[in-house]
Amino acid sequence: MTIVTDVAAAPVGRVRLPWMEQSPLMVRIAKVILLTAVVAAVVLPFISVVATSFASDQDIQQAGGYVLIPHQPTLNAYRVILQNGIVGHALLVSIGLTTVGTLVSMVMTTSMAYGLSFQVRGLRPVLFIVLFTMLFVPGIIPSYLVVKQLNLLNSYAALILPVMINAFNLIVLRQFFMEIPQEILDSARIDGAGPLRILRHIVLPLSAPVMAVVALFYAVSYWNAFFNALLYLNNNASWPLQMIVRLYVLQGAFSGGAGSVGGESIPAVTQPYQMAVVVIATVPIVLLYPFLQRYFTSGVLSGAIKG
Amino acid sequence: MASEQSLHAEWRRNWVVLALVLPGLLYFLIFYYLPLLGYVIAFENYLPFLGFIDSPWVGLDNFRDMLSDSSFWAAVNNTLTIALLQLILYFPAPIAIALVVDSLTSTGIRRLVQSVIYLPHFISWVIIVSLFQQFLGGTGVMALALRGVGWALPNVMADPGLFKWLVVAELVWKETGWGTIIYLAALLGIDATLYEAAAVDGASWWRRLWHITLPGLVGITVLLLILRLGQILSVGFEQILLQRDFVGPEAGEVLDTYVYYHGVVGGQWSVTAAAGLIKGIVGAVLVLGADRLARRLGQPGILA
Repeated sequence: MTIVTDVAAAPVGRVRLPWMEQSPLMVRIAKVILLTAVVAAVVLPFISVVATSFASDQDIQQAGGYVLIPHQPTLNAYRVILQNGIVGHALLVSIGLTTVGTLVSMVMTTSMAYGLSFQVRGLRPVLFIVLFTMLFVPGIIPSYLVVKQLNLLNSYAALILPVMINAFNLIVLRQFFMEIPQEILDSARIDGAGPLRILRHIVLPLSAPVMAVVALFYAVSYWNAFFNALLYLNNNASWPLQMIVRLYVLQGAFSGGAGSVGGESIPAVTQPYQMAVVVIATVPIVLLYPFLQRYFTSGVLSGAIKG
Repeated sequence: MASEQSLHAEWRRNWVVLALVLPGLLYFLIFYYLPLLGYVIAFENYLPFLGFIDSPWVGLDNFRDMLSDSSFWAAVNNTLTIALLQLILYFPAPIAIALVVDSLTSTGIRRLVQSVIYLPHFISWVIIVSLFQQFLGGTGVMALALRGVGWALPNVMADPGLFKWLVVAELVWKETGWGTIIYLAALLGIDATLYEAAAVDGASWWRRLWHITLPGLVGITVLLLILRLGQILSVGFEQILLQRDFVGPEAGEVLDTYVYYHGVVGGQWSVTAAAGLIKGIVGAVLVLGADRLARRLGQPGILA
């Protein structure tokens, strides 16, 4: 069982010759309409959320609910929410979890992927052990029991340790390491460099783009996770941001809203507050995105799994 | 060569490499293989205060209980319905969009479109569901707009009849753009001289699409279809967990949420472990079976 990932840099687009774009006029019109609709369908919800978060009570009343253009924009919702302390605390928890989790994951994944890129007897079975986990995933119940047996319940370690290494990310990194030209590595070896020195001075610098993408994947998954917090953290005062968004927006909307987290009461939530929380939980991703997005097109992620 | 050298010597020479692999190996053993042992409780009447060892052995009773539980079958039914809708509505979407994006001649527009459509993939389900509620909920943008023209829209977010369509629509919104990446890579891999030769021979745009472009996508499509089949019993756990309570278990329960609510919340550890075990085995068998089938049809499979 092998998984080959295509990590060669692919060009952004193929060079177009004049005869290529002779699609019928109808097709071209349909294309423009389709793409405009797709882009609008992605962008409009975000705009509506941001607009509503800045809306004043008056705007909300006039619109009867959600707003597309606030006439009297206000930062009130953000002020109330950040003063309240619950969101601020959850934000810090999420930032901490994401930072520590991503670091731990990168160290563990890189080290294992690099090790597995060597041809040493005994490592092929290890690779098989990894690949098999992609085929048969242990379910919720046994995973919960293991975390419980390890005494990790109600600790932040429970949100990091069980998801430290993602098998797919591991395979992508290993594949990338294996495609580094052997001559470069050999010349370093002849000069007396050991595996760690080669990793630090040759392999890592050459792998910066793929490392950046894998780190982004990890960061996003730590930032976005909510179920493991629901499963492993009983005390809602220690919840990360996604759980608070769920509490405010998804549960608040259907139960009327008021409740308490860690003794602090939640303001009777209305749309601007809810949407402000959504914005706060989304902004880090949107800020990070443009910096890493260019690596996607450079083909690192063609990540095609094929055999 | 390797056989002449003793394993011991080889390992001693490469101890750094082994040390690099060891922590990761331990991770997989502890968090992927140790839980498999935990499946022993599927054959026990597991009582947390007695533990794995002392809980009474009941053989296949849990599986019998599970099969006679109507809420289990409701969950199976909902899971398969959603999986089928995903297959019909979600699976082809990235192919269609990739074909359109690939045909763009302007690099600038192409980049812009790609940047925009990849973004939802990175947004959490909590946020996605919030966005949908903002748009389609009882006081959402859509309901308000339609009320303005005298139409009363049902609260899509809380309508049991629409639930399955809703979760598939959310999936389409979140993942279609990202899903195009792999097809775009495949499209770039098609030899441009094929198009040129076809054009010289007078093949129309449609014929080039039909005879060159689409055949170029068959391999990757079959591959992704195989992977999808393995996922047929896992239809968006976090996503559905977030919304199940809006419509109730009758319409909103899927296998994974069944295991969570009946097991972790309801304390039926053994029955839900049995359900989880069955689900895992069926998933693995589906992937292996689909892979076999694909190879028999002359496609390279995933397992080489």
